[in-house]
Amino acid sequence: MTMEFRKEFFADERDDNLNEIGKPTRRQDILGHVTGRSPYFDDHLFDGLLHIRCVRSPHHHARIRRIDIAEAQNMPGVVRVLVGRDVPRNLNTLLSLLDFGIDDEPLLAETKVAYKGEPVAAVIAETEAQARAAVARVRVDWDVRPHVLDVEEAIKPGAPVVCEVYPANKFIYHGKYDHQKLRYGDVEAAFARADHIVEGRYQMSPIEQAPIETCGAIAAPETNDRYVCYTSTQALFFSLGTAAKLLTMPSNRLHFIGGTVGGGFGGKVDSLHEPLAILGAMLTGRPCKFAWDREEEMQVGAPRGAERWYIKDGVMRDGRIVARKFTGYFDSGAYTRLSSYAIIKGVGHLPGPYTIPNVYADVYCVYTNRTPATAMRGFGITGVDFAIEAHMDKVADTVGMNPIDLRILNAYRDGDMKAHRREAKNTALIECCQVVAEKAGIGLQASSRAASSLRDGGGERARLPAHTAVDQKGTVTGIDTGGYARKGGASGRPAQPPSMPGYTMPAAASSTRPTAPSPARPAAAASSQSTAPPPPPADPANTGDRPRQGAMRFSSISGLRRR
Amino acid sequence: MAKTPIVFMLNGAERASFAEPGQNLLEFLRRGVGDLSPKYGCGQGTCGACTVTIDGETHLSCLTLAESVVGKRVQTAAGLAAGATLHPLQEAFMENFAAQCGYCTPGMLVSAKALLDRNPTPTREDVVEAISGNICRCTGYEPIIEAILAAAKGRARA
Repeated sequence: MTMEFRKEFFADERDDNLNEIGKPTRRQDILGHVTGRSPYFDDHLFDGLLHIRCVRSPHHHARIRRIDIAEAQNMPGVVRVLVGRDVPRNLNTLLSLLDFGIDDEPLLAETKVAYKGEPVAAVIAETEAQARAAVARVRVDWDVRPHVLDVEEAIKPGAPVVCEVYPANKFIYHGKYDHQKLRYGDVEAAFARADHIVEGRYQMSPIEQAPIETCGAIAAPETNDRYVCYTSTQALFFSLGTAAKLLTMPSNRLHFIGGTVGGGFGGKVDSLHEPLAILGAMLTGRPCKFAWDREEEMQVGAPRGAERWYIKDGVMRDGRIVARKFTGYFDSGAYTRLSSYAIIKGVGHLPGPYTIPNVYADVYCVYTNRTPATAMRGFGITGVDFAIEAHMDKVADTVGMNPIDLRILNAYRDGDMKAHRREAKNTALIECCQVVAEKAGIGLQASSRAASSLRDGGGERARLPAHTAVDQKGTVTGIDTGGYARKGGASGRPAQPPSMPGYTMPAAASSTRPTAPSPARPAAAASSQSTAPPPPPADPANTGDRPRQGAMRFSSISGLRRR
Repeated sequence: MAKTPIVFMLNGAERASFAEPGQNLLEFLRRGVGDLSPKYGCGQGTCGACTVTIDGETHLSCLTLAESVVGKRVQTAAGLAAGATLHPLQEAFMENFAAQCGYCTPGMLVSAKALLDRNPTPTREDVVEAISGNICRCTGYEPIIEAILAAAKGRARA
């Protein structure tokens, strides 16, 4: 493969005297790869390894009347069958570790399932084949409920409630809105002045990351009352925090080993294999492996979520876009996982790499009875960029312009104000368009050929709009978003769901659950409590205006930054 | 059910272990014998991560009964290097950036080795055909093809 460097662009911003960039180099881990010695999670052998397989819902949406594990427990090789009540704290949302969102997802469903393939029980057996055979003997008495698979159907009044924590099937942003807002200028006033209104609807599908290595973890009792866990996770400290929370166990009793991942692409960011494997090791005292087979990877592995976008542009005859309005629906599937965050990120990106003086967006994180969605390569941006760029072509067609000329005309330039109220820096869309046109043999207007990201930006284009139309549309009241991280880790109480008429807290979140069993050394927890040193005196430098630490470091990504 | 004793040659050395009833060769090699280089990717014979050779022919170990290798010669990626000396294919994969996550790499190497053993001067089409049963999800096919051609031409350090 040949690489072409276009050094005439931004020459003064770049040091060409670099040691590594532009030169081939060798991966530091490649010797392990070519000798077959790279240690993926499953490349660790344990004597007496047990295998975990899940009993999964065949329905998109159903209440669980009863789970009968008696026959499965008596099958050959079965050591134990786990159900939701065996999980010390059977409710979580991944980003609670960053103080963002309300716990909404059980590790093993107890009262209902909200997507096809949701786990309701886990068999631990001597061999994988025995675990599979026993899974088939777990009897679940289902009360099948109506389901909803479309984002706009899901937010209509009377739609089936997918996740009781969010009774309107919409995530709640900042404790007060049922969508993420962007308001910049006044799109309606600009639409009234525009020569053309261009509207479009864009829909993408969910996409499975499909790594060659399926997700999994192996956990085993270790010395000093700890558990070692080899995992395929892409996010070791998320996984560590999640396991500690679900198992109500201090994270210093968990020894996580990861880092060698057989492909992830985002699909291994929110894995829930570790807590189940560790729980198995806790309750059996033996090493336990919980890994998906290929069918599970494809069926219940969290994909890139589907997005639906409506875009409405106000355009002048010469091609200038004066207003752009978005209504977006992210299909989060049955639980939140990372979709709430994807929207925060996506809205910060609007209206794409263009300078448009009036921008508006309402973006909804919607719950449907689909597989929960998660991260995948640029998630939050990629889907809406597909919509924006398809729409740019539609605008070009409407005003009769070459689509590349239209993009250069509207492109952001260094110093322009973006809709999220930060100045654009290091912009390069114009130069990319110029090179694309050259490579494709497309002739551009003289003004497009002469344009530069470094010129004609800023000034008027750096000013915030004189007037921004704001509103309280979609206000939700009575929300206590809880804050797991804020309350100091595993001992914190579960977050409270929004108070809404007709809503009852699911049994899974009850605080009467037994604490983590500790079969290896049952007295350890009590004795360590009695010998615990007194808390250190408060550091005067750390009091007063710094009420929260830890999670606050991450709050800028969760949109909860205190201003 | 009784376990089955399996005596066979693995990467040139005689090995013996017991296979569980119905155990596939992949699980037998990994958990029974301790050769972790063949990987589980699908268990359905579609991804090629578990590729090994049996008497010189490529096989998908996830679809092969362990019992069927009694008395046969099995080769895996772990047996490519001679001590600390890497096989030219391994050198070429390293030089040509022919691995990203590395999970498909052992299967790719086994398929490539089987190709070069029967056809030392393959065309690009031969190489593509030889690895057509091996999926790489990090989208590295071009460097992999280049690496195999480079190894064939003895210019791994090109």
